[in-house]
This record gives sequence, structure tokens and C-alpha cells, in this order.
Amino acid sequence: MRWLSDDAVTRLRDAGSEPELSGTPYRMLDKLGRGGMGSVYLVEDSRLIRRVAMKVLEAAYPSGDLEQRLLHEARVLAQLDHPGIVPVHDVDTLADGRIFYTMKFVQGRRLDEIAKGSASLPERLRLFQKICEPVAFAHSRGVLHRDLKPENIMVGPFGEVLVMDWGVAKVLAASTNSSSTASGTTESAAVVTKSAVKAPPHTAQGAVVGTPGYMAPEQARGQIAQLDQRADIFSLGAILRFLISGSTAVTATTSPQPGRLSAIVAKATAPTPSSRYASVQDLASDIASYLDGFPVSAYPESLPDRTARLISRNRVAIVLVLAYLLARVVLILWHPR
Amino acid sequence: MPGDGTIGGGDSRFPETRWSAVIAARSDDPVERRRALDLLISAYWKPVYKYIRIHWNKSSDEVQDLTQEFFTRLIKKDFLDRYDPARARLRTYLRVCVDGVVANESKAAGRLKRGGDAIHLSLDFRDAETELARVVPAPRQFASPESIDDWFEKEWIRSLFALSVETLREECEARGKKVHFRPFEIYDLEDSPSCRPSYEDLAREFNIGVTDVTNYLAIARREFRRTVLATLREMCANEEEFWREARAILGVDPR
Repeated sequence: MRWLSDDAVTRLRDAGSEPELSGTPYRMLDKLGRGGMGSVYLVEDSRLIRRVAMKVLEAAYPSGDLEQRLLHEARVLAQLDHPGIVPVHDVDTLADGRIFYTMKFVQGRRLDEIAKGSASLPERLRLFQKICEPVAFAHSRGVLHRDLKPENIMVGPFGEVLVMDWGVAKVLAASTNSSSTASGTTESAAVVTKSAVKAPPHTAQGAVVGTPGYMAPEQARGQIAQLDQRADIFSLGAILRFLISGSTAVTATTSPQPGRLSAIVAKATAPTPSSRYASVQDLASDIASYLDGFPVSAYPESLPDRTARLISRNRVAIVLVLAYLLARVVLILWHPR
Repeated sequence: MPGDGTIGGGDSRFPETRWSAVIAARSDDPVERRRALDLLISAYWKPVYKYIRIHWNKSSDEVQDLTQEFFTRLIKKDFLDRYDPARARLRTYLRVCVDGVVANESKAAGRLKRGGDAIHLSLDFRDAETELARVVPAPRQFASPESIDDWFEKEWIRSLFALSVETLREECEARGKKVHFRPFEIYDLEDSPSCRPSYEDLAREFNIGVTDVTNYLAIARREFRRTVLATLREMCANEEEFWREARAILGVDPR
């Protein structure tokens, strides 16, 4: 009998754990990764001859909770039709009894990998603006992500941003968000309803879902019923801090950065929800103002601050005017009448 | 193997229900008993041998005697008659029985009293000793009872997989599908990941397309899983234990 090394045993366990695709139109190509809830594989849909990502439940646990979570995630995604949210194609049960769903195969890099690169501050902030868009859209549909972090954000080859992993998303009561959408128009029919997306079984009061460092204090305390979009705003603030400083630690924040940017991070990650931005649009709007050299709501300016900002914003114009005046002075001195 | 997605298991996604070897080993039908005991012994003898060598720190000669003694008692129904699947997994129960055999032998402070009715099993202890040299754990790995269980389970899974690979090889050879087994053997069973060839290398070696390599590997892995599950089903006392083990070992739900 052949000797099997530890590596071979591990490979065989992985191979044996591969989804049983017989009876489906999918063909296995590769394993893309493994998360807490399941593994993601690259498969080919033989009907359309295209590659899609297949998320398959890790069935090593006897509880049905994970099955509900995976189904919940697929249903939430199916309700959120936005370019920044990966679309779901199919959901079903494999011959081996595991639940799966297929989604668009996103080729790109994770935000935490990109943050290690040499992107400039304005580039990072523009990336952050793109992250805000799908989150704001989800909020407008009454859905909280609850686990926003760099590892759950992909940046595609064309610079497009996709917010991934909606497995612990929470669907808010429709009445709280049915009056307005991201565009400000009334669109109650488009709001994700709890009847369309059954709540996952792990959202009981006191349960903690999320990631330390990115989780709002009220979320860390398990105050599930009290969570609203400001919990995601906290996470976005932590992501912003990470993009600026490379760390989520408050002590490492933005001290070397301009005060206005530090103030935006501080407001987004305020300990109490009422001190944070009221909406993701407000946060994104402050970032846009910062990039354009306008005042930001999070930072009351003093006169020197305002003067410095105006100089910084109009640096080119000021230099041109000064150059013109200098030239005039020189001409007057050299050609006196 | 275009057009043929199986090697030896027919169309069934999961193994047909066979009589549990644990139950069959207690049967009065000698044929069933023999088959069941052969399976249990082939899956367990190496983990048991290695376990006594490592955990009880016995010499190879002593362990050979103890292993023979343990399986003799297993064959004589001493152990399996008392096994209750509601209280423990079979391998945990058997490991505890092994401890009992070794402890009794130690109390007797001497050699085992193996009488004239002792059964001598033909086991390749030299092979087990060679394997042991490759899996000997660091002392800290045995720091807690849980770590002992984990180590025994790991060795048991190694044994289960090795048996399943052997079964799969025999099925492939019997059906003239050796070429379907070879890429799996080279790619998935290779000891060192650094020595693994690429799919392109395999395609060149077997003069087939890269797509064929992908297909053959997928089929062989599926058949391997089927074989593991079939063996596992026989090694479990009931369906519930089988489901639990299948989930734990392969992450699949065979219901």
C-alpha cells in the first residue's frame, strides 16, 4: 500500500472536499479561496461557456445555521443590483448535499493588497469614494453589510470596486428606509424586504458578528436591534483610516495627515452613532470636498485654516498672479517713463 | 475518458448501504464476519501499532505482540460486543481499548500470556516501522489528551485514504482505466509539492490534452471520494456516525 505524506493527505482531503458537480452544468477549474463559511471555486458554466465563481458551503458542521447564512447571502445579493455588488447567477444544492451559489468571477486585487502599494493619497481617496457607492446603495435598499473591511473589497482590472461577502448582512425593517433611495427619490418597491430575505439564524440580540478593528462599538456589544447604517459608516471610517495610514489602530490615525482628513475619520468612527455621519453620502461628500479643496463638514475652520486651504486650493492661480505682478514691477523699473 | 465519468462506482453519487463492518464483525455468519474484520484490521492496524510505539514508548518487538494481542481480542468479539456508538466514535473507543490492553500487560510486568488459541495476523510491521519514522510527532504534540486523539485520528485518516487509493487503483486496473488513475497518482499523491508536475507536463507525458488532464483528475478525485465514503460507511456503526464522519473528514453531507 502506498505511503501518503501529510501533504498528500491534505491534498486528498481538499480533493475529496471538492464540490460534487455531477448533474450540474458546471465544470471545476480551480479553487480560489476558503473563508469562514465556505470555499470559493472557479468553475465553467458549460451552458454559456463562461467562467463563474462558485461559493460552496463548508459542511463540516452539523448545524444548519451556515446553510441559512449562505442562502441569506445569495438572496441579499440577488436583491442588490448595483455595479459595485457582485451579481448572483444561480443557487442550488449539489449532489453531495451542500448548498452553493454562483456569481460573477471577479478578477482583481483585494483592497488590503492595494493599500500596501504605492498609490497616492488622492488615488486612495478616490478608491474610497467608489467603496461608498455600493454601500450607500445597499443602505438605500435597507441592507447593512456589517462586515466591511479591506479583505472584503475587490478592485477590478478597470478600477471598478466590488463589495463582497454579504453573509452577515442585516435587512432592516422596510419602514425605516423605504422613503428614500440613494438618488433621493421615493422607491419603496425597490427596498429589500425581510420576507424576500429571511434573516440568518445567528442575528439574535447579544450575538457578535463583524471584525475587530472595523466593527462599530455597538456592534461589538452585540446590540443587534440597535444597529443601523451608522455601524457601516464606522467600518468605512476604519477602512479610510487604513487606506490613509496602513493601520486601523486609532493611535496610528492620521496625525501626519491634514487636520480635515483626520476629522473626517474621527467623525466616521465616533464611539456613539449620533456623533457619526448620518449617511454614507455625507461621508463621501466630505471626501469629495476634501479632494476639491472645499470645507468639510467634519472640520470647523479657523481663519488661518481657511487661508491655508484657499492658498493650497488656488496655488496655481496665486503663482500666476504673483508672476504677472513681478513681471510688471520689473518692466516699470527697467523702462521708467 | 471523454464520455465516461466513472471508474468503478456506476452512477451512484454515494455508496450503497452495506452492512456496517462493526455490526457484521459481531455476526454469526462467518463470511460476513471475516470480511468485516479484514476491513477493520486493514484500516486500524497501522494506527494502533504507531500509537503504541509513540504513546506507550514500547520497543518494536513489544508493540508487535501487543498489536497481535489487541486484534486477537477484537476478532474474539471482546471489544466490539461492548461498543456503544451512542457513547463514542469507534476509533476513540478502540484507542481506549488499546490503552487497556497495554496497561494490563504493564501490570503483569512481563510478556503477554498468549495461549495456544492465539491468532497470528500477517501484518507487515517493517512497513509500519518505516512509516513511523516519517510521522513521529514532536513531544509537545502529545501534551494533552486531545492532541493524542488528534494524532490517532490523523493516522487513521492516513490509513483510510491509503486503503481507498489502493481500492481505486485496483478498480482502474480491473476496468482498463489505468491511464485515468496515473495523473491522479502523480499529481495528488506526490510526497513533495515541489515535485508536482504541471497539467501541461502531465498532458505531454500521457500524450493527452490539458483539458483531458483536468477531466481525468476531476473524475479520479470524485471516485476517490466515493471510495472513501464507501469504506467509511462500513467502518461506522450507524448512519448518524457516518454522516458525522463524512462531514468531518471530507466536508460533505452524504444524506
